[in-house]
Amino acid sequence: MVTAVTSLGRSGLYDWLMQRVSAVILLAYFLCLGTVLVCGVDYPEWNALFSQTWMRVFSMLALASLGIHAWVGLWAVFTDYFTERLMGTTGNLIRLVAQIVCAIIMFTYLVWGIQIFWGL
Amino acid sequence: MLQVSIYRYNPEVDAEPYMQDVQVDTGGKDLMVLDVMEMIKAQDTTMVFRRSCREGVCGSDGVNMNGVNGLACVTPLSKAVRNNKLVLRPLPGLPVIRDLVVDMSLFYAQYEKVQPYLQNDTPAPAIERLQSPEDREKLDGLYECILCACCSTSCPSFWWNPDRFIGPAGLLQAYRFLADSRDTATEARLAKLDDPFSVFRCHGIQNCVNVCPKGLNPTRAIGHIRNMLLSRAT
Repeated sequence: MVTAVTSLGRSGLYDWLMQRVSAVILLAYFLCLGTVLVCGVDYPEWNALFSQTWMRVFSMLALASLGIHAWVGLWAVFTDYFTERLMGTTGNLIRLVAQIVCAIIMFTYLVWGIQIFWGL
Repeated sequence: MLQVSIYRYNPEVDAEPYMQDVQVDTGGKDLMVLDVMEMIKAQDTTMVFRRSCREGVCGSDGVNMNGVNGLACVTPLSKAVRNNKLVLRPLPGLPVIRDLVVDMSLFYAQYEKVQPYLQNDTPAPAIERLQSPEDREKLDGLYECILCACCSTSCPSFWWNPDRFIGPAGLLQAYRFLADSRDTATEARLAKLDDPFSVFRCHGIQNCVNVCPKGLNPTRAIGHIRNMLLSRAT
């Protein structure tokens, strides 16, 4: 049976709010990056931009937002289509595996992002 | 001659559902879809569908006409027919009992969950609980629902999770009682809706708004419920 155990905050309101807030952060970040790219930028300028603490913090915030946004969205997709109702008990197994794979990918991206942005 | 294709399934006889093609002479008139269904039934009495008032009040004859849910009794052929063809199917997402008749138990179970009746724990007044005209106005666009299930059965979120997502019809009624100035159970009602399924499975695609035969807007009501949940939590 599909339950809320694996949802982000186990509250519909919390998940909904986090998805909206993360969407706004992502929009601001990509608009910021887009503006820099449209205005023309070379490697030293790009490097200087990402050397600044505010840009690194902003980038990490955007990366974390991407993870949160993806988890809430994909959780809804998985609990719609990979269910006992549609696929029998196999649905539960497929859903769990899909969620674990999704969590591992997002965790990897987050750690990898920290490594890249902070030059570790 | 109008080409009509009807979903047929009698579990006592048929191994699986099939589409039956029928030709109907409408005499060039812009009849209602229900009239055509009655004409077909006059030819083949084994065909089964629900109907009662035949004027869009009882909500019995919700069917899927050329892919769009609606009440057969108030949908003219000119609105439903495409290329002289009319495909009639039962409301999607609910188990079929026979032909165009679906089992509405899941739909009613969700309706029951929202406790669709006035709850007031204050002592009853001598005559009646009064409401200002302004407060009464807040119920417009909510109380008119006839529970035909056209909206909920056009909603993919309801198709996938009919046991967990209340669906547009139930949520419209949930808000009808949340918005009622005479109801004092607001907090308890909201507490029951704050899980990831009951309300938040609505992704705002507005299929419900598109098909409602009474012109109601469940998506807007769901938005109001979300705002109430947000105000309560922050």
